[in-house]
Amino acid sequence: MKFGIIVFPGSNCDHDCYHAVKHVFGQEAEYVWHKTTSLDGFDCVILPGGFSYGDYLRTGAIASFSPVMNEVVSFAKKGGLVMGICNGFQILTEAGLLPGVLMRNKGLKFICEHTHLRVENNGSRFTSRYSGGQVVDIPIAHADGNYYADPETIARLEGEGRVAFRYSTPDGIVSDAANPNGSISNIAGILNEKGNVLGMMPHPERALEGELGSLDGRGVFESILGRLR
Amino acid sequence: MRAKVYVTLKKGVLDPQGKAVMGAGSIGFDEVKDVRVGKFMEVELTGLAGSRREEAPRDMREAPANTVIENYRIERGNLSLRKV
Repeated sequence: MKFGIIVFPGSNCDHDCYHAVKHVFGQEAEYVWHKTTSLDGFDCVILPGGFSYGDYLRTGAIASFSPVMNEVVSFAKKGGLVMGICNGFQILTEAGLLPGVLMRNKGLKFICEHTHLRVENNGSRFTSRYSGGQVVDIPIAHADGNYYADPETIARLEGEGRVAFRYSTPDGIVSDAANPNGSISNIAGILNEKGNVLGMMPHPERALEGELGSLDGRGVFESILGRLR
Repeated sequence: MRAKVYVTLKKGVLDPQGKAVMGAGSIGFDEVKDVRVGKFMEVELTGLAGSRREEAPRDMREAPANTVIENYRIERGNLSLRKV
């Protein structure tokens, strides 16, 4: 598979994503500068974490107006796989590819720590490698990860099984104590209607190698690669 | 022409920053009951000054606020164009 990793001014997890795809999984990977106007030939596009445009105005807001985002939107509409991690998730909501918004963390602080996530939907193209209800250890690193959407949107996401991951205890209990940032219903990652766009605040690309303390992010990439469980 | 853009959080949306400002700002001021933090932008306009909002480029229409959580109001001169 060929992965495109979009690079905005201020992206800083682009190299991590490139390393993940190219070196950990041995796939084709290419950086895609944000002024690019074609995504021809890519099977999956990753919007990496970082602080695009210094988080000015709102996180992800200015990046969502980059030329490449028109291409990302048509790529997604054609069924291409799009994954936004952290700042990438924020950009996808600003671009309208995913509903809701990532607000400032409830505690106002930047949080960089390992979190436990419960896999809520293991039927998607990004999570099929996990078992349903499995608890995985994937780190977060953000100041604006507090997922918010109006009650109707939340009900629709829940009803359609579009919540991919939820912050939980290591035992899989979804509670306020396990919620690092104030996200509604402990939501850590969501899918679009067609299931070909995933946005998540935790960083699966930082949980692929033993040296980094967890291998649990592998499931996301292995699911994309379509490996059988 | 100069436009003024006011962005405020919608009612009911939690504003942790406002809460923090209240915590710091209200020391010794019991009268402060709540603080909500918003944004104010000044935009210099050329050419578009006379056009209707619908004809403005997408960036101008959608950039100032995320309407999931924010309201915004634009003032041009003495004319208030939009109140959400």
